[in-house]
Amino acid sequence: MLNSYSIRKFKNKAAYVLCLCCVVIAVVPLASILFEVIARGASQLSIQFLTSNGLEGGIGPAIQGTLILIGLTSLIGVPIGILSGVYLAEFGDNKYASTMRTINDILTEFPSIVVGITAFSIIVIGVTGSFSPLAGAIALSFMMIPIVARTTEEALKLVLNSIREASLALGAHQWKTILRVVLPAARQGLVTGTLLAVARIAGETAPILLTILGNSYFFQGFNQPMDALPLRIFLNSRQPSPEVQAQAWGAALVLILIVLALNIVVRIATKGRFKR
Amino acid sequence: MDTTEKMKTENLNAWFGPKQALKEITLSIKANVVTAIIGPSGCGKSTFIRTLNRMHELVPEARISGQVLLDGQNIYADEVDPVQIRRRVGMVFQKPNPFPTMSIYDNVAAGLKLAGAKKGQALDEIVQKSLQQATLWDEVKDDLRKPGTSISGGQQQRLCIARALAVNPEVILMDEPCSALDPIATAKIETLIRQLAENYTVVIVTHNMQQAARVSDFTAFFYLGKLIEYGETNALFENPKSELTEKYITGKFG
Repeated sequence: MLNSYSIRKFKNKAAYVLCLCCVVIAVVPLASILFEVIARGASQLSIQFLTSNGLEGGIGPAIQGTLILIGLTSLIGVPIGILSGVYLAEFGDNKYASTMRTINDILTEFPSIVVGITAFSIIVIGVTGSFSPLAGAIALSFMMIPIVARTTEEALKLVLNSIREASLALGAHQWKTILRVVLPAARQGLVTGTLLAVARIAGETAPILLTILGNSYFFQGFNQPMDALPLRIFLNSRQPSPEVQAQAWGAALVLILIVLALNIVVRIATKGRFKR
Repeated sequence: MDTTEKMKTENLNAWFGPKQALKEITLSIKANVVTAIIGPSGCGKSTFIRTLNRMHELVPEARISGQVLLDGQNIYADEVDPVQIRRRVGMVFQKPNPFPTMSIYDNVAAGLKLAGAKKGQALDEIVQKSLQQATLWDEVKDDLRKPGTSISGGQQQRLCIARALAVNPEVILMDEPCSALDPIATAKIETLIRQLAENYTVVIVTHNMQQAARVSDFTAFFYLGKLIEYGETNALFENPKSELTEKYITGKFG
């Protein structure tokens, strides 16, 4: 009779190696992207490149535009997203909420070009009459809200019900319970969700392509076309000149660094007093 | 024992969706004594005390009929704000549940802060007094800024009792407060319960009959959602009127 223990050991080993291979396969493209961006982009970085405008071969307006877009979009998207998540988690035990949840899930996966063209036809043509940071931020917040709402709902559901009951049993109103007890307990989840959404919208190209258009100059006003890093990467990489293409790589590296820096800063700033 | 009535239920029925958990409970709870609710699992004892501060209705599809009187006033009357009731009728839960994001101090102050109280000496005094009443002050007085979840389970439960006391309730409901604790921590809580009865009306749910016998003045025996027997604890344990009660307290079922 075959030694069943050695067979099992072999199976165990085989499954382990298979898993490991898959991890490597998953990581290789990611690492190669990072490597490529750093290798090609790092040489571009200089004060002049980061601060001068497009006509002088810099990406200053794009960096500024991306920061403005992140700020404006978060201003619109984070409050709406978190409040939607609160509704879904705390009052979501009805059929309206489950319908909303489904719609929200679909929106999370919505093709971004569709969001862009919708924002273009409604806001750029219909409301503001021009390409603008405002139109871009509204388009991006369409993408941000569902992500924030979903992660907020998940984070709030992880808060133990006994904590809510403890607060209500002290005679606290429900809104105070949510605001002062439930949301703080879910803070890490909320921060993670918001950062995920910021990282996602910071790199979105399609919606801003059709809403902010691009600009070689620094911020001109909330009703004027503006530049942004993804847009700069997209536009410059399509140019024939190797110099301009190299700028796209530099812009790509800066975009990655901005998202990374935001992550670190926000995590430190919102770190709770107590580890859970 | 000569005591006045603090709370009373009249023909109280409670449901979870279609399932009836309490049937026609009429029970008078005396002021400044400890009333124990005993009975086998699923007999409705937790449901019963959760109707006494309107926590029952927080469960989706939960509802009640009948009356619950607090000082003669029906707490389920239309004009009554459940929030006000919960400030007068506090609750301690089965598992210690301090607020995880708050310090020991803030946990005790939470009820008052959530009701809008400001920081200051007055609040400090209430926190100290509540922790002293919960016999926890000496153990935590140097660690008030540490997380409420950093102390032991028994200490956490006394912290939860202090938190309930800080809002100065009239009645304190305890839902199996020792079931997650070791015997030493349990003994401390039991001593504390006896002390609390000097100033508060205490209703405690317990599945531990010895505990009911040790801490309570009155005992109510629930079975299958009905009140089977209610009376002074000594009388009920020594001379039960109902055969069912006798079987339960002698361990023949449950």
